[in-house]
Amino acid sequence: MKLQLPKVSVKDLQEWSKLEEVFTSGHRLCAGCGAGIMARQVTLAAKALGDPCMIVNATGCLEVASTIYPYTAWNAPWLHNAFENAAATASGAIEAMNAMQRKGLMREKHVNMIVFGGDGGTYDIGLQSLSGAIERGHDFLYVCYNNGAYMNTGIQRSGGTPQGAATTTTPAGTVIPGKIQWQKPLAEIMAGHDIPTFTASPAYPRDLMAKVQAGLQHEGPAFMLVDSSCNLGQRYPPDQAIEVSKLAVKSCFFPLYYTCKDEWILTGISARIAKDPERKLPVDDYLKPQGRFRHLFKPEWKKKMIQIQDEVDEKWNRLVRKASLH
Amino acid sequence: MSGIREVKGMTGDEAIANAAKLVNPDVVAAYPITPQTIIVEHFSDFVSNGEVDTSYIPVESEHSAMSACVGASLTGARVFTASASAGLALMYEILYVASGLRCPIVLAVANRAFSAPINIHGECTDQMVCRDASWLSLFGESAQEAYDETILSFKIAEHPDVMLPTMFGVEGFIVTHALERVESLSKQQVEDFLPESRVAKYRFTPDEIMSFGSLVLQDYYMEIKRQQEEAMLNAYDVTKKVMEEFTEMSGRKMEVIEEYKLEDAEYAFISYGATAGNAKAVVDRLRSKGEKAGALKLRLYRPFPSLDIQEALSGIKAVSILDRSATFGSPGTILQSDLSTALYGKENVPTLHGYINGLGGRVLTLPEIEEIYQKTKDYHDVGMTTTLDWVGYRS
Repeated sequence: MKLQLPKVSVKDLQEWSKLEEVFTSGHRLCAGCGAGIMARQVTLAAKALGDPCMIVNATGCLEVASTIYPYTAWNAPWLHNAFENAAATASGAIEAMNAMQRKGLMREKHVNMIVFGGDGGTYDIGLQSLSGAIERGHDFLYVCYNNGAYMNTGIQRSGGTPQGAATTTTPAGTVIPGKIQWQKPLAEIMAGHDIPTFTASPAYPRDLMAKVQAGLQHEGPAFMLVDSSCNLGQRYPPDQAIEVSKLAVKSCFFPLYYTCKDEWILTGISARIAKDPERKLPVDDYLKPQGRFRHLFKPEWKKKMIQIQDEVDEKWNRLVRKASLH
Repeated sequence: MSGIREVKGMTGDEAIANAAKLVNPDVVAAYPITPQTIIVEHFSDFVSNGEVDTSYIPVESEHSAMSACVGASLTGARVFTASASAGLALMYEILYVASGLRCPIVLAVANRAFSAPINIHGECTDQMVCRDASWLSLFGESAQEAYDETILSFKIAEHPDVMLPTMFGVEGFIVTHALERVESLSKQQVEDFLPESRVAKYRFTPDEIMSFGSLVLQDYYMEIKRQQEEAMLNAYDVTKKVMEEFTEMSGRKMEVIEEYKLEDAEYAFISYGATAGNAKAVVDRLRSKGEKAGALKLRLYRPFPSLDIQEALSGIKAVSILDRSATFGSPGTILQSDLSTALYGKENVPTLHGYINGLGGRVLTLPEIEEIYQKTKDYHDVGMTTTLDWVGYRS
């Protein structure tokens, strides 16, 4: 059966905005943080489905900023265990409910289980735990919000940090211009588990929320990679969060798509760019507003800039080829 | 005592698996590691054959095993797992989460030496180094004790005044793989012994809006840690009470310490796990030679039963501490450090002589234990109050 995205209209958004928030005010995320915007969109889309949602959260910005004891910003059952084990923790909770319902110790109820992890907790330290939980077929939507570094501990590089970005452990020096390696192809790795895999951006809420609902309505694990802005670590003014997120998509640095098995479907702006390549912006437009790439615009790193554009083009073309097979 | 005792031949691992089958936990999340593997293999058989209705989670590491146990326990489930050595070390981070979030998880440990060099045999260091993780910690001497401790651990851990995770260990191969006589219990006995209801007051369930595992800073962290200490203090009384109930139910005496011919003894061995059996055998030999020897076996290691030990050792001249766990650069063996603190400054206390032995499954023979006895007497005679030796190795 082919995976289909529900249609989410502006009217739906208007209706959903009247729902009681799941991720509420009072959290201590930075002004302009993409994680907070992402968390609201994901949980509202889940709430609109009707069934109760439960949240497991890996250690990271979203976790530390939302539950400083004795306060909590979560208006839903929420559980944090550690950094690298959010998926395994969700496995335990899911199987506990299965067993206790089987034994009559708990009321039967369908739950939308959402797991949040950052790039550190997903690309790096939690990858094994996530892969294991997916292999076991546990029914959750894992949402990785990639803000491009270990922002919670002070902007250290991760497997999700883009090439060329300056972080505190890959500083832009005179010899090395920031991070040397390309990002780990996390969405492709997850898609390789034969599960529904989505990319999404909080700059395009209807696209993101439709994908959340498709992921949750799928029985079994699903994965979503969200490009999440971090004005502090990516270095731009807080009011530019959504603007920079849009440029990531429009430059094809972060294409929007979903995939399940051999199907690759471009969505939103990315689908339009595939049809009309003239609309594709140069990657410079995405890099320029961000302080983490500032050094690349010096004449001595011109070659590096060309390399990054080439790599973005190569990856985009490969994706378009896969998507055009349908 | 009730019912007719059914006797079966079982290895330590089989005894644990069969006892866990009677408990029928809601969730078992486990990863194989020698010499524990047989426990989860047998348990998987029970699951596959419908003999239990447990959700078995075959995780991809021990880290995920303990993580899934925490998730399941917070959801309100009765949870069991097993590990050893490197596996227990990989769980170590999450052991603290389990106790800090007050998850009454039960963990069977097939005590095994740490790498390097890699070794799969019996040694208790793996469990001893978890002593500060706010887990109850018990040791068993035999397959019978492995069986019994599996069942009573659930009752202690889940007691509302405790709500702390509990581990119990038996030595790898020496107990886990040795076929022994085990008196089993009936399903009814275990069902009557363990409460059917699940005890967690606060649960991660769809019906309750609650946050678990918050960030707790300087303003509240210490109060939460202090609550764990109070639970651990309660655990001492609860363990004694549950062991009494277990004795009543099974007809097998179960106490936090076991005293063997200590009443008129002048010199004693103190040990835990399988070593205790050899110590008792040596006591018999020494007694036949006219020596006033005795032995004390520690079943409960955390919370440390200081009072029981003080009373049992009162009036004894010197104690040989047989410790099958490694520590380096320490003033005493791991158990010796606990004993020194428990006995320091009290009246009529023995001198304490620690012997690190049996690492990596090295056998400590009965003649060697007799030599230790003599050595302790010599130390005592020349006025040494505390000593530390490694025994049973080629220099």
